[in-house]
Amino acid sequence: MTKKQKKMLVRIIACIALLIIYHLLPLDGILKLALYLAAYILIGYDILRKAFLGIKNLRPFDENFLMAAATVGAFALAVYTKSGDYDEALTVMIFYQTGELFQSIAVGKSRKSITELMDIRPDYANIEADGKLEQVSPDEVEIGSVIVVQPGEKVPIDGVVCEGSSTLNTSALTGESVPRDVREGDEIVSGCINLSGVLKIKTTKEFGESTVSKILELVEVSSSNKSRSEEFISRFAKVYTPAVCFSALALGVIPPVIGMISGGSADWAVWIYRALTFLVVSCPCALVISIPLSFFAGIGGSSREGVLIKGSNYLEALAQTKYMVFDKTGTLTEGVFEVTDFHHNSIDKERLLEYAALAECSSSHPISKSLQNAYGKEIDRKRVSDIEEISGCGITAVVDGDKVAVGNTKLMKKIGAEFKDCGSVGTILHVAVNGEYAGHIVISDREKSHSIAAIAALKKLGIKKAVMLTGDRRQAAEKTARSLGVDEVYSELLPADKVAKVEELLAQKGAKEKLAFVGDGINDAPVLMRADIGIAMGGIGSDAAIEAADVVLMDDDPLKIAKAIKISRKCIGIVYQNIIFSLAIKFACLILAAVGFANMWLAIFADVGVMIIAVLNAIRTLRVSKL
Amino acid sequence: MKKTYGIEVDCANCANLMEDAAKKTDGVENTAVNFMTQKMTVEFSDGADVKTVMKAVLKACKKIEPDCEIDF
Repeated sequence: MTKKQKKMLVRIIACIALLIIYHLLPLDGILKLALYLAAYILIGYDILRKAFLGIKNLRPFDENFLMAAATVGAFALAVYTKSGDYDEALTVMIFYQTGELFQSIAVGKSRKSITELMDIRPDYANIEADGKLEQVSPDEVEIGSVIVVQPGEKVPIDGVVCEGSSTLNTSALTGESVPRDVREGDEIVSGCINLSGVLKIKTTKEFGESTVSKILELVEVSSSNKSRSEEFISRFAKVYTPAVCFSALALGVIPPVIGMISGGSADWAVWIYRALTFLVVSCPCALVISIPLSFFAGIGGSSREGVLIKGSNYLEALAQTKYMVFDKTGTLTEGVFEVTDFHHNSIDKERLLEYAALAECSSSHPISKSLQNAYGKEIDRKRVSDIEEISGCGITAVVDGDKVAVGNTKLMKKIGAEFKDCGSVGTILHVAVNGEYAGHIVISDREKSHSIAAIAALKKLGIKKAVMLTGDRRQAAEKTARSLGVDEVYSELLPADKVAKVEELLAQKGAKEKLAFVGDGINDAPVLMRADIGIAMGGIGSDAAIEAADVVLMDDDPLKIAKAIKISRKCIGIVYQNIIFSLAIKFACLILAAVGFANMWLAIFADVGVMIIAVLNAIRTLRVSKL
Repeated sequence: MKKTYGIEVDCANCANLMEDAAKKTDGVENTAVNFMTQKMTVEFSDGADVKTVMKAVLKACKKIEPDCEIDF
């Protein structure tokens, strides 16, 4: 409990004690009123102060005003009717404060448990100085320093292992529970927990630029992107509170006045009591608190599973996803390419590979990497000049004085080389030297082990259409599409075509159905932005793609998409339950209060009880691991 | 320039209202209040003095929710 909460608890206990003492003493008249007022002020002074400040600042209609009006009204009523029953005003205030205290503790607790769940922030980094380990703040470690990570500690900063080997627990980052082995020379990301051996790591980034900082920043700003449900609630609260205040006023004044005019009795006391009960019931806190809490818990729970969602609006959209568009390479397939074959080569295989590898030397595309790997020798960039990348076609360059073109059939047509098509599955790189066709290289990619299961899981969740977009050749694309079970495939697309295709699909779908695009490359960034929800692969994805995306899958596992949708649906379900449940009970109690069937006790339940139930329900969102 | 401050506020609705109030303060370009992490991110206009602006923001927030606190 915080200091504030402890103080409140003392006030509540003291006030209850006073109430019991008052009942034991033979009190009457002015003295009784004075003593009860003293106890009332003890328990409710902060509410009265806030209500007064609210009126002063021209914002009168908040819950403090509601409670102040209701309890002061109850006092006035007891004086007016000479009943001397001040208990009600006092107990209402005690109950309200107890409810508030409970709420503050419950919300504080759940907030803490969620933030703890996401707490991957390392507290320190170990630096070796004179043979001794010294703990410093990760902020102070410069790039290129060597830090020591002992077993059980978090890796504080991104870097490369320069000594030692160990296994890492990456579950905080990826949700993946299988430990990963690292050895000397391996790259290591911050936020992992070192399990076995001592590691010496040469840092490659500052703390602020490290993975762990980026993730924390992402999660912390994520709840500022508000969902439509949240917007609805805050707009609702703005209209609702004044509306119920005026209704209560009308309830307290109009029926007695009508009674007076029509010659009957006014019954002021009855109607004012009903109006006050009405005020207590009407407090909107249950909604206002439980909805952001549900979303926050949903985002927290999914980040634990290795799915970062950048805002509750995206969580909401994810639950409504009906169309799923995938990029092929790196998303459904590993994105690891291997040179597997050479066909129709008019020159030596090694020479063909050398030309291709040199021409592609400045590209970071996975295909170029695979060429360089297959070439296996050091690339001498001095031998290459005039490199020109022709988007969606390939590359032309001058290698050792020969004009080399490496790319797809479009490029061959463009330069007028007579090429031979290929029947194998995979990416076919045609090579022409000085305008003459020199053969082609076959490069194949592997499907990810979970891709088939991922598509099947999405279908089970009611996804209407799974579409695959790729820049690859039709044959290769269609074969992959068939084996994965996607409904539609569009191949041989340029980056701009992907955007156009997604726009076409966006135009086809219904207004309430959302389209998600899953991709990883720089080329995908525009599509990620254009789709209702952009999902990026965080592990192999380019920074641009991760930046542009709304949802990031930390371990690149497409199966996690289905999981994210399940989490979002559970979260939205709980949000709707809370909205409907609280509103239904509120309105029922409001009507009961208006017609005189509700007393203050029921009113307090409708306010505080409903709120507590809603908060407890919201916390259920955290439990997502078994979905 | 963007800065993040720790805040203390008890109710989610008040946090929303604080955000609205802070946004309207002179020298503030944009704000985001995160009730769950109890943090307020303020984006200052160019050339604004952070301290004076934050004093004004706190004053505006106190008007909405007398119990709130901002650490700056």
